[in-house]
Amino acid sequence: MSQERAAWGFVAPALVALGLFFFLPVAAALVLSFTDFDIYAVADIGNLRFVGLDNYIHLLETPLFWKALGNTAWFVILGVPLSIMMSLAAALLLDNKLARFKGFFRTVYFAPVVTTLVAVAVIWRYLLHTKYGLVNWALGGIGIGPIDWLGDPHWSMPAIVLFAVWKNFGYNMIIILAGLQTIPEELHEAARIDGASAFQRLRHVTLPGLAPVLLVVSILTMAGYFQLFAEPYVMTQGGPVESTVSILYFMYEQGFRWWNLGFASAIAFVLFLIMFALTLVQLKVSERWTQ
Amino acid sequence: MKLFAVLTAGLAAMLLGSCSNAPATTVLDVWAMGREGEVVGDLVPEFERENPGVKVRVQQLPFTAAHEKLLTAFVGNAMPDMAQLGNSWVPEFATLGALDPLDGRVAATPAIPRADYYPGIWDSNVVDGRLYGVPWYVDTRLLFYRRDILKRAGFGHPPRDWAEWRRQMEAIKKLVGPDKYAIYLPLNEYEPLEILGLQASEPMVTDDARGNFRSAGFRKALDFYLGTMRDGLAPVVATTQVANVWDEFDRGWFSFYITGPWQIGEFKRRLPPGHQNEWMTAPMPGPDGPGVSNAGGSSLVLFKSSTKKDAAWKLVRFLSRPDIQSRFHALTGDLPPRISVWKTPELANDPYAKAFGEQMMRVRATPKVPEWEQIATDLKLVSEKAAHGELTADQAVAELDKRADETLAKRRWILARKKLGGVSRAEARS
Repeated sequence: MSQERAAWGFVAPALVALGLFFFLPVAAALVLSFTDFDIYAVADIGNLRFVGLDNYIHLLETPLFWKALGNTAWFVILGVPLSIMMSLAAALLLDNKLARFKGFFRTVYFAPVVTTLVAVAVIWRYLLHTKYGLVNWALGGIGIGPIDWLGDPHWSMPAIVLFAVWKNFGYNMIIILAGLQTIPEELHEAARIDGASAFQRLRHVTLPGLAPVLLVVSILTMAGYFQLFAEPYVMTQGGPVESTVSILYFMYEQGFRWWNLGFASAIAFVLFLIMFALTLVQLKVSERWTQ
Repeated sequence: MKLFAVLTAGLAAMLLGSCSNAPATTVLDVWAMGREGEVVGDLVPEFERENPGVKVRVQQLPFTAAHEKLLTAFVGNAMPDMAQLGNSWVPEFATLGALDPLDGRVAATPAIPRADYYPGIWDSNVVDGRLYGVPWYVDTRLLFYRRDILKRAGFGHPPRDWAEWRRQMEAIKKLVGPDKYAIYLPLNEYEPLEILGLQASEPMVTDDARGNFRSAGFRKALDFYLGTMRDGLAPVVATTQVANVWDEFDRGWFSFYITGPWQIGEFKRRLPPGHQNEWMTAPMPGPDGPGVSNAGGSSLVLFKSSTKKDAAWKLVRFLSRPDIQSRFHALTGDLPPRISVWKTPELANDPYAKAFGEQMMRVRATPKVPEWEQIATDLKLVSEKAAHGELTADQAVAELDKRADETLAKRRWILARKKLGGVSRAEARS
């Protein structure tokens, strides 16, 4: 009994902190999402109305919400596989026994992860410039006409994906690299003796060995990419023609720019539900994988 | 992805900013933004010399974060005593009840004579008949144009009305060819279209808080605006696609550009010395004759929560003094709102400022509802879609009205309630 009490004593500070700074605000936000809390309510709380589910209904009827959801999904579908493939490729290169200067390249590939996003976004805006950008210059070299990366609504999201992948692939690369080093060398050797080609060894030895790592990486990357915010915030401010407005960006604008905090809270809870559902799906899939 | 980090950083900055220890003398907390925030620090020592016992602590805010920070400070009860406030934000903060009305103080202060201020800019600080700010400097937009190209196109003077403007743009386009344009209207700025809309005789928001973009006046403005892009007179681009607006202007990529006084200094500095004769400023042309422009800029406001309003008012009076305004203009290039300051040689003899002086007689405030910035953002988004051909002009104005009505729904409820409250009070009295 006294042991149990001592245990409670030990976890109490953490529980209090969690309750005060996490569960209480979340509960308050839930209440807020059933009100029309806005600038007029800030002025005079008498202007606050309980609107029940109106915020949620209104949200589902707002075209920009669906557009933001579509944009975010497009970013995830395009970005997550690309990002993981980049990480995997970089990790395989670094893991190769023929590779020289491994420490140097590991640092170079990891560098974008630790740089300040705002600073590199400015540089990327130069790189992606239609007339004078390096990207279009290189594309021009192989005969592809200039692409208006940040101005054309069709290309703005791919441009953001490119930037995000470059910025983030190093992080997963390190995790995958660690995973690669746990695959026993004997397996590769045995496969080689059996006459397996390099591709067959990758397909049947490396990838199965990496499966648990890849699963973790994909869950983390997906959760991260779903919360797209800073990239469009600095690069495009949601434009052109709202083509880079993500769910989080939409919520930020409603909440902190227009001060529609009731409505913004409703967006937050819808985003939470979506993430929750996606994580459940991923867990189900992972169960099947590991069996 | 880093929303949380951004917010925490903002919060931390705010906590650090509002730390204070008990002073012996009166310490005024003043928030100022951008370049003005830097410069006001140079003027403060003189004020402190003239007013012993008053110390001024200036906190600089970046313009992009100022609005959020002011709102957060209001909610957190951490307002400064005085601030520079963009005058399009005055209605919003007046609605919040954050600002102290200044009618009484102005009436008792002969050093701030209302008659010496340009009326349009003064009016932008009046909400529901009460004054909430003293104009500090004016940002109105007008035409910057290429004198040489216009001359080669056959015109010796800038346009006076839309019809002439359109003729000049067509002539320039014919002259410069398919790769260049007559005017640059960046799609991610709402100000050019907002100004054309302000020139209409009907307001864009009605008194009963409804969008009024279907009015004949705004429709004409939108047609004029979209027409420049439809007919190739303006490129369909945003500022993010133009690396260096001064270089492009110098190359003649466009000949007309609607922008503000801060660009005078930039154009002087960034255009080659030999080309300085080729550009000039001109007042905005209107639908029929000289037109109005926006009454932008910043005002000095006192906050209701302040306990040092008298000292703060002294600083307002100091910063409004003509000689200080002259110096402020020399330091920043910002245009003063007082008519007498415009008679000083520095301004009277500046050829580029002349058009601004003329324009200031014709400035109009944007609709005075707290939601205006949100409506103006919709104006930008919808007109951008129309410029890309995704909406017709008819669909665009209908969409604008729909969005504005939605944005203003709460305001209509409050107006209705106020009216009811007024009626019932009147009944109770009778």
